[in-house]
Amino acid sequence: MRVLGIETSCDETGVAIYSEAEGLLAHQLYSQVKLHADYGGVVPELASRDHIRKTLPLIQAALKEANLSHTDLDGIAFTQGPGLVGALLAGSSIARSLAYAWKLPAVGVHHMEGHLLAPMLEDTKPEFPFLALLVSGGHTMMVAVKAIGEYEILGESIDDAAGEAFDKTAKLLGLDYPGGPLLAKIATQGTEGRFKFPRPMTDRPGLDFSFSGLKTFAANTIAKEGDDLQTQADIALAFEQAVVDTLAIKCKRALEQTKMKRLVIAGGVSANQRLREQLAVMMEKLNGKVFYPRTAFCTDNGAMIAYAGLARLKAGQTLDLAVKARPRWPINELPPL
Amino acid sequence: MSTKILAIDAATEACSVALLTQEQTVSRFEVIPQQHSQRLLPMVDEVLQEANMTLSDVSAIAFGRGPGSFTGVRIGVGIAQGLAFGANLPMVPVSSLEAMAEGAYREHGAEQVIAAIDARMGEIYTATYQRQDTGEWLCLDPECVMKPEDAEFSLSEATVVGTGFETYQDILMAKGQFMQSDRILLPAALDMVTLAARYFVKGQTVRAEEAEPVYVRDTVTWKKLPGRE
Repeated sequence: MRVLGIETSCDETGVAIYSEAEGLLAHQLYSQVKLHADYGGVVPELASRDHIRKTLPLIQAALKEANLSHTDLDGIAFTQGPGLVGALLAGSSIARSLAYAWKLPAVGVHHMEGHLLAPMLEDTKPEFPFLALLVSGGHTMMVAVKAIGEYEILGESIDDAAGEAFDKTAKLLGLDYPGGPLLAKIATQGTEGRFKFPRPMTDRPGLDFSFSGLKTFAANTIAKEGDDLQTQADIALAFEQAVVDTLAIKCKRALEQTKMKRLVIAGGVSANQRLREQLAVMMEKLNGKVFYPRTAFCTDNGAMIAYAGLARLKAGQTLDLAVKARPRWPINELPPL
Repeated sequence: MSTKILAIDAATEACSVALLTQEQTVSRFEVIPQQHSQRLLPMVDEVLQEANMTLSDVSAIAFGRGPGSFTGVRIGVGIAQGLAFGANLPMVPVSSLEAMAEGAYREHGAEQVIAAIDARMGEIYTATYQRQDTGEWLCLDPECVMKPEDAEFSLSEATVVGTGFETYQDILMAKGQFMQSDRILLPAALDMVTLAARYFVKGQTVRAEEAEPVYVRDTVTWKKLPGRE
Protein backbone atom coordinates (compact mmCIF):
# COMPACT_ATOMS: atom_id res chain seq x y z
CA MET A 1 0.00 0.00 0.00
CA ARG A 2 1.30 3.45 -0.99
CA VAL A 3 -0.17 6.65 0.41
CA LEU A 4 0.24 10.29 -0.58
CA GLY A 5 0.35 12.52 2.51
CA ILE A 6 -0.46 16.24 2.47
CA GLU A 7 0.21 18.60 5.38
CA THR A 8 -1.01 22.23 5.42
CA SER A 9 -2.01 22.93 9.02
CA CYS A 10 0.24 25.92 9.69
CA ASP A 11 3.17 27.49 7.83
CA GLU A 12 4.73 24.53 6.00
CA THR A 13 3.36 22.80 2.94
CA GLY A 14 4.49 19.17 3.12
CA VAL A 15 3.84 16.38 0.62
CA ALA A 16 5.22 12.85 0.85
CA ILE A 17 4.63 9.31 -0.35
CA TYR A 18 4.97 6.44 2.10
CA SER A 19 4.90 2.79 1.12
CA GLU A 20 4.15 -0.01 3.54
CA ALA A 21 6.67 -2.27 1.80
CA GLU A 22 9.29 0.23 0.61
CA GLY A 23 9.20 2.93 3.29
CA LEU A 24 9.41 6.63 2.47
CA LEU A 25 9.49 7.20 -1.30
CA ALA A 26 9.23 10.97 -1.52
CA HIS A 27 9.40 13.92 0.85
CA GLN A 28 8.76 17.47 -0.39
CA LEU A 29 8.51 20.50 1.81
CA TYR A 30 7.98 24.20 1.30
CA SER A 31 8.51 26.30 4.39
CA GLN A 32 6.91 29.75 4.60
CA VAL A 33 9.19 30.82 7.43
CA LYS A 34 10.74 33.68 5.43
CA LEU A 35 7.32 34.99 4.43
CA HIS A 36 6.16 35.27 8.04
CA ALA A 37 9.45 36.56 9.46
CA ASP A 38 8.64 40.10 8.31
CA TYR A 39 5.48 40.01 10.41
CA GLY A 40 7.01 38.56 13.56
CA GLY A 41 4.75 35.52 13.47
CA VAL A 42 2.49 33.42 11.27
CA VAL A 43 -0.15 35.49 9.44
CA PRO A 44 -2.94 32.94 8.88
CA GLU A 45 -4.30 34.55 5.71
CA LEU A 46 -0.86 34.67 4.07
CA ALA A 47 -0.23 31.05 5.11
CA SER A 48 -3.46 29.94 3.39
CA ARG A 49 -2.58 31.90 0.25
CA ASP A 50 0.76 30.14 0.04
CA HIS A 51 -0.67 26.65 0.61
CA ILE A 52 -3.00 27.03 -2.37
CA ARG A 53 -0.04 28.00 -4.57
CA LYS A 54 2.35 25.32 -3.37
CA THR A 55 0.33 22.14 -2.83
CA LEU A 56 -0.07 20.94 -6.44
CA PRO A 57 3.53 21.69 -7.50
CA LEU A 58 4.74 19.73 -4.46
CA ILE A 59 2.47 16.79 -5.34
CA GLN A 60 3.97 16.82 -8.85
CA ALA A 61 7.47 16.93 -7.38
CA ALA A 62 6.73 14.07 -4.96
CA LEU A 63 5.42 11.80 -7.74
CA LYS A 64 8.50 12.64 -9.80
CA GLU A 65 10.84 12.01 -6.87
CA ALA A 66 9.26 8.59 -6.28
CA ASN A 67 9.09 7.95 -10.03
CA LEU A 68 5.45 6.96 -9.65
CA SER A 69 2.21 7.70 -11.42
CA HIS A 70 -1.03 8.25 -9.54
CA THR A 71 -2.13 4.75 -10.52
CA ASP A 72 0.61 3.44 -8.20
CA LEU A 73 -1.07 5.10 -5.20
CA ASP A 74 -3.65 3.45 -2.94
CA GLY A 75 -4.91 6.43 -1.01
CA ILE A 76 -4.54 10.08 -0.06
CA ALA A 77 -4.10 11.27 3.53
CA PHE A 78 -4.32 14.91 4.52
CA THR A 79 -4.13 16.88 7.74
CA GLN A 80 -7.69 17.53 8.87
CA GLY A 81 -6.75 19.28 12.13
CA PRO A 82 -5.87 20.73 14.54
CA GLY A 83 -4.38 23.88 13.06
CA LEU A 84 -5.27 27.12 11.27
CA VAL A 85 -8.71 26.63 9.74
CA GLY A 86 -7.97 28.44 6.47
CA ALA A 87 -4.69 26.59 6.00
CA LEU A 88 -6.35 23.24 6.74
CA LEU A 89 -9.16 23.96 4.26
CA ALA A 90 -6.72 24.88 1.47
CA GLY A 91 -4.90 21.54 1.65
CA SER A 92 -8.00 19.48 2.46
CA SER A 93 -9.95 20.83 -0.53
CA ILE A 94 -7.19 19.96 -2.98
CA ALA A 95 -6.47 16.59 -1.37
CA ARG A 96 -10.09 15.45 -1.15
CA SER A 97 -11.03 16.39 -4.70
CA LEU A 98 -7.80 14.90 -6.05
CA ALA A 99 -8.67 11.59 -4.37
CA TYR A 100 -12.12 11.83 -5.98
CA ALA A 101 -10.61 12.43 -9.42
CA TRP A 102 -8.13 9.58 -8.97
CA LYS A 103 -10.85 7.32 -7.50
CA LEU A 104 -8.77 6.75 -4.37
CA PRO A 105 -9.90 6.52 -0.76
CA ALA A 106 -9.14 9.61 1.35
CA VAL A 107 -8.50 9.89 5.05
CA GLY A 108 -8.20 12.90 7.38
CA VAL A 109 -5.22 12.74 9.71
CA HIS A 110 -4.83 14.30 13.14
CA HIS A 111 -1.75 16.51 12.96
CA MET A 112 -0.51 15.54 16.44
CA GLU A 113 -0.99 11.84 15.72
CA GLY A 114 1.26 12.46 12.74
CA HIS A 115 3.92 13.95 15.02
CA LEU A 116 3.49 11.20 17.56
CA LEU A 117 4.06 8.50 14.94
CA ALA A 118 6.93 10.34 13.18
CA PRO A 119 9.60 8.20 14.95
CA MET A 120 8.05 5.21 13.11
CA LEU A 121 9.61 6.62 9.92
CA GLU A 122 13.06 5.76 11.36
CA ASP A 123 14.91 2.45 11.32
CA THR A 124 14.76 2.15 15.10
CA LYS A 125 11.07 2.36 15.87
CA PRO A 126 9.55 2.32 19.34
CA GLU A 127 7.26 -0.57 20.19
CA PHE A 128 3.88 0.07 21.79
CA PRO A 129 3.11 1.06 24.47
CA PHE A 130 5.15 4.20 24.98
CA LEU A 131 5.03 7.62 26.56
CA ALA A 132 5.04 10.54 24.14
CA LEU A 133 6.01 14.13 24.80
CA LEU A 134 4.69 16.31 21.98
CA VAL A 135 6.39 19.68 22.00
CA SER A 136 5.92 22.23 19.24
CA GLY A 137 5.01 25.86 18.64
CA GLY A 138 1.34 25.04 19.02
CA HIS A 139 1.26 22.15 21.48
CA THR A 140 2.82 20.76 24.62
CA MET A 141 1.33 17.46 25.63
CA MET A 142 2.22 14.29 27.53
CA VAL A 143 0.41 11.30 26.09
CA ALA A 144 0.32 7.62 27.10
CA VAL A 145 0.17 5.66 23.85
CA LYS A 146 -1.15 2.12 24.05
CA ALA A 147 -1.53 1.71 20.30
CA ILE A 148 -2.39 3.85 17.28
CA GLY A 149 -5.54 5.73 18.23
CA GLU A 150 -5.41 4.73 21.89
CA TYR A 151 -4.21 7.89 23.57
CA GLU A 152 -4.53 9.12 27.10
CA ILE A 153 -3.56 12.74 27.66
CA LEU A 154 -1.63 12.85 30.94
CA GLY A 155 -0.74 16.52 30.88
CA GLU A 156 -0.87 19.66 28.73
CA SER A 157 0.29 23.24 28.80
CA ILE A 158 -2.19 25.46 30.57
CA ASP A 159 -0.90 28.53 28.68
CA ASP A 160 1.92 28.91 26.10
CA ALA A 161 3.24 25.87 24.25
CA ALA A 162 6.95 25.18 24.81
CA GLY A 163 7.87 26.23 21.27
CA GLU A 164 5.78 29.36 21.61
CA ALA A 165 7.67 30.27 24.80
CA PHE A 166 10.95 29.77 22.90
CA ASP A 167 9.81 32.05 20.07
CA LYS A 168 8.39 34.73 22.36
CA THR A 169 11.49 34.83 24.56
CA ALA A 170 13.65 34.97 21.43
CA LYS A 171 11.62 37.96 20.29
CA LEU A 172 12.31 39.68 23.63
CA LEU A 173 16.00 39.06 22.96
CA GLY A 174 15.63 40.79 19.60
CA LEU A 175 15.93 37.61 17.54
CA ASP A 176 14.08 37.13 14.24
CA TYR A 177 10.94 34.97 13.98
CA PRO A 178 10.90 32.04 14.49
CA GLY A 179 13.49 32.64 17.16
CA GLY A 180 13.43 29.31 19.00
CA PRO A 181 16.29 27.68 17.07
CA LEU A 182 18.25 30.99 17.11
CA LEU A 183 17.80 31.23 20.88
CA ALA A 184 19.21 27.72 21.24
CA LYS A 185 22.15 28.76 19.09
CA ILE A 186 23.13 31.80 21.18
CA ALA A 187 22.53 29.78 24.35
CA THR A 188 25.66 27.77 23.47
CA GLN A 189 27.65 30.96 24.20
CA GLY A 190 25.95 31.47 27.56
CA THR A 191 27.60 31.43 30.98
CA GLU A 192 26.43 28.55 33.19
CA GLY A 193 24.89 29.67 36.44
CA ARG A 194 24.71 33.45 35.85
CA PHE A 195 20.91 33.36 35.85
CA LYS A 196 18.55 30.83 37.32
CA PHE A 197 15.03 30.67 35.85
CA PRO A 198 12.21 28.87 37.68
CA ARG A 199 11.03 25.38 36.70
CA PRO A 200 7.28 26.10 36.47
CA MET A 201 4.83 23.67 38.08
CA THR A 202 7.48 21.15 39.06
CA ASP A 203 7.05 21.79 42.80
CA ARG A 204 3.58 20.27 42.81
CA PRO A 205 2.18 16.94 41.63
CA GLY A 206 0.71 16.54 38.15
CA LEU A 207 1.88 16.54 34.57
CA ASP A 208 0.58 19.86 33.27
CA PHE A 209 2.92 22.56 32.01
CA SER A 210 3.01 26.34 32.16
CA PHE A 211 5.54 28.33 30.17
CA SER A 212 4.17 31.87 29.97
CA GLY A 213 5.82 32.81 33.29
CA LEU A 214 9.26 32.07 31.87
CA LYS A 215 8.72 34.65 29.16
CA THR A 216 7.84 37.24 31.84
CA PHE A 217 10.86 36.20 33.87
CA ALA A 218 13.03 36.75 30.80
CA ALA A 219 11.49 40.18 30.20
CA ASN A 220 12.19 41.21 33.80
CA THR A 221 15.75 39.92 33.61
CA ILE A 222 16.37 41.89 30.40
CA ALA A 223 14.92 45.03 32.04
CA LYS A 224 17.24 44.63 35.03
CA GLU A 225 20.44 43.35 33.42
CA GLY A 226 20.37 45.00 29.99
CA ASP A 227 20.73 43.13 26.76
CA ASP A 228 24.35 43.18 25.70
CA LEU A 229 25.35 40.15 23.65
CA GLN A 230 26.75 38.18 26.59
CA THR A 231 23.70 38.88 28.76
CA GLN A 232 21.49 37.80 25.85
CA ALA A 233 23.36 34.53 25.60
CA ASP A 234 23.24 34.02 29.38
CA ILE A 235 19.49 34.64 29.45
CA ALA A 236 19.00 32.31 26.47
CA LEU A 237 20.94 29.57 28.25
CA ALA A 238 19.08 29.99 31.55
CA PHE A 239 15.75 29.99 29.72
CA GLU A 240 16.59 26.92 27.66
CA GLN A 241 17.84 25.06 30.74
CA ALA A 242 14.60 25.87 32.56
CA VAL A 243 12.40 24.58 29.72
CA VAL A 244 14.47 21.45 29.20
CA ASP A 245 14.64 20.70 32.93
CA THR A 246 10.90 21.17 33.27
CA LEU A 247 10.16 18.86 30.34
CA ALA A 248 12.61 16.26 31.70
CA ILE A 249 11.18 16.39 35.23
CA LYS A 250 7.66 15.85 33.88
CA CYS A 251 8.79 13.02 31.58
CA LYS A 252 10.44 11.25 34.50
CA ARG A 253 7.32 11.70 36.59
CA ALA A 254 5.10 10.36 33.80
CA LEU A 255 7.37 7.37 33.21
CA GLU A 256 7.25 6.49 36.90
CA GLN A 257 3.50 6.95 37.00
CA THR A 258 2.84 4.79 33.93
CA LYS A 259 5.72 2.36 34.55
CA MET A 260 6.65 2.76 30.88
CA LYS A 261 10.21 2.34 29.61
CA ARG A 262 9.99 3.90 26.17
CA LEU A 263 9.79 7.65 25.61
CA VAL A 264 9.01 9.32 22.29
CA ILE A 265 9.74 13.01 21.77
CA ALA A 266 8.22 14.68 18.74
CA GLY A 267 7.26 18.10 17.41
CA GLY A 268 9.47 21.06 16.50
CA VAL A 269 11.04 21.46 19.95
CA SER A 270 12.19 17.83 19.86
CA ALA A 271 14.93 19.01 17.48
CA ASN A 272 16.46 20.92 20.43
CA GLN A 273 19.92 19.50 21.11
CA ARG A 274 20.01 20.22 24.84
CA LEU A 275 16.65 18.47 25.30
CA ARG A 276 17.87 15.42 23.38
CA GLU A 277 21.09 15.17 25.35
CA GLN A 278 19.46 15.59 28.74
CA LEU A 279 16.72 13.05 28.01
CA ALA A 280 19.24 10.54 26.67
CA VAL A 281 21.18 10.73 29.95
CA MET A 282 17.99 10.51 31.99
CA MET A 283 16.64 7.51 30.09
CA GLU A 284 19.91 5.66 30.45
CA LYS A 285 19.71 6.12 34.22
CA LEU A 286 16.11 4.93 34.15
CA ASN A 287 17.07 1.89 32.08
CA GLY A 288 14.76 3.00 29.31
CA LYS A 289 15.08 4.24 25.76
CA VAL A 290 14.24 7.52 24.08
CA PHE A 291 13.12 7.80 20.43
CA TYR A 292 13.10 10.84 18.15
CA PRO A 293 12.28 11.46 14.54
CA ARG A 294 15.16 12.80 12.41
CA THR A 295 15.38 16.59 12.57
CA ALA A 296 13.52 17.06 9.26
CA PHE A 297 10.53 15.17 10.69
CA CYS A 298 10.45 17.00 14.02
CA THR A 299 8.86 19.99 12.33
CA ASP A 300 5.72 19.74 10.19
CA ASN A 301 6.02 17.44 7.17
CA GLY A 302 3.96 15.29 4.82
CA ALA A 303 5.78 12.04 5.65
CA MET A 304 4.23 11.69 9.10
CA ILE A 305 0.78 12.39 7.60
CA ALA A 306 1.31 9.73 4.92
CA TYR A 307 2.45 7.26 7.60
CA ALA A 308 -0.46 7.89 9.97
CA GLY A 309 -2.89 7.96 7.04
CA LEU A 310 -1.66 4.61 5.78
CA ALA A 311 -2.33 3.01 9.16
CA ARG A 312 -5.87 4.38 9.19
CA LEU A 313 -6.61 3.56 5.55
CA LYS A 314 -5.44 -0.01 6.16
CA ALA A 315 -7.96 -0.20 8.98
CA GLY A 316 -10.64 0.86 6.50
CA GLN A 317 -11.10 4.37 7.89
CA THR A 318 -12.05 6.69 5.03
CA LEU A 319 -13.86 9.98 4.52
CA ASP A 320 -16.91 10.76 2.41
CA LEU A 321 -16.96 13.67 -0.07
CA ALA A 322 -17.64 16.39 2.53
CA VAL A 323 -14.48 18.33 3.40
CA LYS A 324 -14.49 19.26 7.09
CA ALA A 325 -11.52 20.93 8.74
CA ARG A 326 -11.20 20.38 12.48
CA PRO A 327 -9.16 23.32 13.81
CA ARG A 328 -9.73 22.12 17.38
CA TRP A 329 -9.61 18.37 17.68
CA PRO A 330 -8.60 16.69 20.95
CA ILE A 331 -6.25 13.78 20.19
CA ASN A 332 -8.07 11.49 22.63
CA GLU A 333 -11.21 11.73 20.48
CA LEU A 334 -9.53 9.68 17.75
CA PRO A 335 -10.92 6.20 17.15
CA PRO A 336 -8.68 3.16 17.66
CA LEU A 337 -7.62 1.23 14.57
CA MET B 1 -16.52 16.06 -29.42
CA SER B 2 -18.62 18.88 -28.05
CA THR B 3 -17.37 21.10 -25.27
CA LYS B 4 -18.39 20.14 -21.77
CA ILE B 5 -17.58 22.54 -18.95
CA LEU B 6 -17.84 21.89 -15.22
CA ALA B 7 -17.91 25.09 -13.15
CA ILE B 8 -17.43 25.44 -9.41
CA ASP B 9 -17.90 28.51 -7.25
CA ALA B 10 -17.64 29.15 -3.52
CA ALA B 11 -16.56 32.80 -3.57
CA THR B 12 -19.56 34.18 -1.69
CA GLU B 13 -22.34 32.92 0.62
CA ALA B 14 -23.53 30.94 -2.40
CA CYS B 15 -22.08 27.57 -3.24
CA SER B 16 -22.74 26.41 -6.78
CA VAL B 17 -21.79 23.88 -9.41
CA ALA B 18 -22.88 23.65 -13.04
CA LEU B 19 -22.20 21.27 -15.89
CA LEU B 20 -22.67 22.49 -19.46
CA THR B 21 -23.04 20.01 -22.28
CA GLN B 22 -24.36 20.45 -25.80
CA GLU B 23 -27.73 19.07 -24.74
CA GLN B 24 -28.28 20.58 -21.34
CA THR B 25 -27.00 22.47 -18.33
CA VAL B 26 -27.26 20.74 -14.97
CA SER B 27 -26.67 22.89 -11.93
CA ARG B 28 -26.83 23.23 -8.16
CA PHE B 29 -27.05 26.46 -6.20
CA GLU B 30 -27.29 26.72 -2.42
CA VAL B 31 -26.78 29.63 -0.05
CA ILE B 32 -24.86 27.95 2.75
CA PRO B 33 -22.38 30.25 4.54
CA GLN B 34 -19.48 28.35 6.17
CA GLN B 35 -20.50 25.02 4.66
CA HIS B 36 -19.10 25.21 1.13
CA SER B 37 -16.31 22.74 1.77
CA GLN B 38 -18.83 20.13 2.87
CA ARG B 39 -21.21 20.49 -0.07
CA LEU B 40 -19.04 21.33 -3.06
CA LEU B 41 -17.67 17.90 -3.96
CA PRO B 42 -21.00 16.11 -3.31
CA MET B 43 -22.61 18.66 -5.66
CA VAL B 44 -20.00 17.90 -8.33
CA ASP B 45 -20.75 14.22 -7.96
CA GLU B 46 -24.49 14.87 -8.21
CA VAL B 47 -24.35 16.91 -11.43
CA LEU B 48 -22.03 14.42 -13.10
CA GLN B 49 -24.36 11.57 -12.18
CA GLU B 50 -27.43 13.49 -13.30
CA ALA B 51 -25.79 14.09 -16.69
CA ASN B 52 -24.69 10.47 -16.78
CA MET B 53 -21.07 11.51 -17.13
CA THR B 54 -17.74 11.05 -15.39
CA LEU B 55 -15.01 13.60 -14.81
CA SER B 56 -13.01 12.24 -17.75
CA ASP B 57 -15.83 13.26 -20.13
CA VAL B 58 -15.38 16.93 -19.16
CA SER B 59 -13.36 19.30 -21.41
CA ALA B 60 -12.40 21.89 -18.78
CA ILE B 61 -12.97 22.92 -15.16
CA ALA B 62 -14.10 26.52 -14.65
CA PHE B 63 -13.81 28.09 -11.22
CA GLY B 64 -14.93 31.26 -9.51
CA ARG B 65 -11.56 32.89 -8.99
CA GLY B 66 -12.95 35.70 -6.84
CA PRO B 67 -13.19 38.34 -5.63
CA GLY B 68 -15.15 37.28 -2.58
CA SER B 69 -14.54 35.63 0.76
CA PHE B 70 -10.85 34.67 0.91
CA THR B 71 -11.47 31.25 2.44
CA GLY B 72 -14.46 30.59 0.19
CA VAL B 73 -12.52 31.45 -2.95
CA ARG B 74 -9.73 29.10 -1.86
CA ILE B 75 -12.15 26.24 -1.19
CA GLY B 76 -13.55 26.66 -4.71
CA VAL B 77 -10.11 26.97 -6.31
CA GLY B 78 -8.76 24.05 -4.25
CA ILE B 79 -11.60 21.67 -5.12
CA ALA B 80 -11.37 22.70 -8.78
CA GLN B 81 -7.58 22.28 -8.79
CA GLY B 82 -7.78 18.77 -7.37
CA LEU B 83 -10.34 17.76 -10.02
CA ALA B 84 -8.45 19.37 -12.90
CA PHE B 85 -5.06 18.03 -11.85
CA GLY B 86 -6.50 14.58 -11.18
CA ALA B 87 -8.34 14.34 -14.49
CA ASN B 88 -5.64 16.22 -16.42
CA LEU B 89 -7.98 19.00 -17.52
CA PRO B 90 -7.37 22.68 -18.29
CA MET B 91 -8.90 25.26 -15.97
CA VAL B 92 -10.82 28.40 -16.84
CA PRO B 93 -10.72 31.22 -14.28
CA VAL B 94 -13.95 33.25 -14.11
CA SER B 95 -14.59 36.48 -12.22
CA SER B 96 -17.39 36.33 -9.68
CA LEU B 97 -18.36 39.89 -10.69
CA GLU B 98 -18.48 39.09 -14.41
CA ALA B 99 -20.53 35.98 -13.60
CA MET B 100 -23.16 38.25 -12.03
CA ALA B 101 -23.17 40.45 -15.16
CA GLU B 102 -23.87 37.32 -17.20
CA GLY B 103 -26.60 36.48 -14.71
CA ALA B 104 -28.19 39.89 -15.29
CA TYR B 105 -28.24 39.17 -19.03
CA ARG B 106 -29.74 35.72 -18.47
CA GLU B 107 -32.44 36.99 -16.12
CA HIS B 108 -33.17 40.47 -17.50
CA GLY B 109 -31.46 40.70 -20.88
CA ALA B 110 -29.32 43.46 -19.34
CA GLU B 111 -26.38 44.65 -21.44
CA GLN B 112 -25.06 47.38 -19.16
CA VAL B 113 -24.31 46.01 -15.74
CA ILE B 114 -22.58 47.15 -12.56
CA ALA B 115 -21.77 44.33 -10.15
CA ALA B 116 -20.85 44.84 -6.50
CA ILE B 117 -20.19 42.31 -3.74
CA ASP B 118 -20.28 43.32 -0.08
CA ALA B 119 -16.59 43.02 0.83
CA ARG B 120 -17.16 43.64 4.58
CA MET B 121 -15.07 46.18 6.46
CA GLY B 122 -17.24 48.93 4.92
CA GLU B 123 -16.13 48.21 1.36
CA ILE B 124 -17.37 46.65 -1.89
CA TYR B 125 -15.75 44.67 -4.68
CA THR B 126 -17.07 46.17 -7.87
CA ALA B 127 -16.71 46.25 -11.67
CA THR B 128 -18.74 47.68 -14.55
CA TYR B 129 -19.54 45.78 -17.74
CA GLN B 130 -20.87 46.52 -21.21
CA ARG B 131 -22.07 43.59 -23.30
CA GLN B 132 -20.66 43.35 -26.85
CA ASP B 133 -22.41 41.99 -29.96
CA THR B 134 -20.25 38.88 -29.64
CA GLY B 135 -21.75 38.21 -26.24
CA GLU B 136 -18.49 39.09 -24.49
CA TRP B 137 -18.36 41.59 -21.68
CA LEU B 138 -16.21 44.68 -21.99
CA CYS B 139 -14.98 45.72 -18.59
CA LEU B 140 -15.48 49.50 -18.30
CA ASP B 141 -14.44 49.84 -14.63
CA PRO B 142 -11.96 47.12 -13.70
CA GLU B 143 -12.38 45.06 -10.53
CA CYS B 144 -11.44 46.94 -7.40
CA VAL B 145 -12.23 47.20 -3.72
CA MET B 146 -13.45 50.57 -2.43
CA LYS B 147 -15.69 52.37 0.00
CA PRO B 148 -19.17 52.70 -1.53
CA GLU B 149 -19.03 56.47 -0.93
CA ASP B 150 -15.97 56.69 -3.23
CA ALA B 151 -17.48 54.66 -6.06
CA GLU B 152 -17.66 56.36 -9.48
CA PHE B 153 -19.19 54.30 -12.25
CA SER B 154 -18.61 54.74 -16.01
CA LEU B 155 -22.28 54.03 -16.64
CA SER B 156 -25.03 56.39 -15.54
CA GLU B 157 -27.72 53.91 -16.60
CA ALA B 158 -27.31 50.25 -15.76
CA THR B 159 -28.75 47.14 -14.24
CA VAL B 160 -27.05 46.67 -10.88
CA VAL B 161 -26.44 43.30 -9.27
CA GLY B 162 -24.94 41.82 -6.14
CA THR B 163 -25.01 42.10 -2.36
CA GLY B 164 -23.03 45.36 -2.50
CA PHE B 165 -26.07 47.16 -3.86
CA GLU B 166 -28.22 45.60 -1.16
CA THR B 167 -25.98 46.53 1.77
CA TYR B 168 -25.21 50.03 0.49
CA GLN B 169 -28.44 50.69 -1.39
CA ASP B 170 -28.87 54.29 -0.19
CA ILE B 171 -25.35 55.34 -1.15
CA LEU B 172 -24.94 53.43 -4.40
CA MET B 173 -28.39 53.80 -5.96
CA ALA B 174 -28.01 57.59 -5.86
CA LYS B 175 -25.08 57.38 -8.28
CA GLY B 176 -27.13 56.89 -11.46
CA GLN B 177 -30.36 55.70 -13.10
CA PHE B 178 -30.06 52.16 -11.89
CA MET B 179 -32.37 49.19 -12.10
CA GLN B 180 -31.62 46.88 -9.19
CA SER B 181 -31.94 43.18 -9.93
CA ASP B 182 -33.86 41.24 -7.33
CA ARG B 183 -32.72 37.97 -8.93
CA ILE B 184 -28.96 38.30 -9.09
CA LEU B 185 -27.47 38.92 -5.66
CA LEU B 186 -24.73 36.30 -5.75
CA PRO B 187 -22.60 34.73 -8.48
CA ALA B 188 -23.66 31.33 -9.81
CA ALA B 189 -21.76 28.55 -11.54
CA LEU B 190 -24.67 28.43 -14.00
CA ASP B 191 -23.46 31.74 -15.46
CA MET B 192 -19.81 30.78 -15.15
CA VAL B 193 -20.18 27.88 -17.58
CA THR B 194 -21.56 30.28 -20.20
CA LEU B 195 -18.58 32.61 -19.80
CA ALA B 196 -16.09 29.76 -19.50
CA ALA B 197 -17.29 28.08 -22.70
CA ARG B 198 -16.40 31.30 -24.53
CA TYR B 199 -13.01 31.61 -22.85
CA PHE B 200 -12.27 27.94 -23.46
CA VAL B 201 -12.84 28.27 -27.20
CA LYS B 202 -10.47 31.25 -27.24
CA GLY B 203 -7.83 29.22 -25.40
CA GLN B 204 -7.97 31.33 -22.25
CA THR B 205 -7.16 28.46 -19.92
CA VAL B 206 -4.54 27.76 -17.25
CA ARG B 207 -2.99 24.57 -15.98
CA ALA B 208 -4.20 23.31 -12.61
CA GLU B 209 -0.97 24.22 -10.82
CA GLU B 210 -1.21 27.77 -12.19
CA ALA B 211 -4.78 28.40 -11.07
CA GLU B 212 -4.83 31.23 -8.55
CA PRO B 213 -7.46 33.10 -6.60
CA VAL B 214 -7.90 36.80 -7.36
CA TYR B 215 -8.30 38.42 -3.97
CA VAL B 216 -8.37 42.09 -5.12
CA ARG B 217 -7.96 43.10 -1.48
CA ASP B 218 -4.33 42.36 -0.81
CA THR B 219 -2.79 44.12 2.15
CA VAL B 220 -5.27 45.47 4.63
CA THR B 221 -5.54 43.03 7.45
CA TRP B 222 -1.91 42.41 8.29
CA LYS B 223 1.04 44.69 9.02
CA LYS B 224 4.74 44.09 8.71
CA LEU B 225 7.14 44.74 11.55
CA PRO B 226 8.61 48.25 11.73
CA GLY B 227 11.42 48.63 9.19
CA ARG B 228 10.24 45.68 7.05
CA GLU B 229 7.52 47.47 5.05
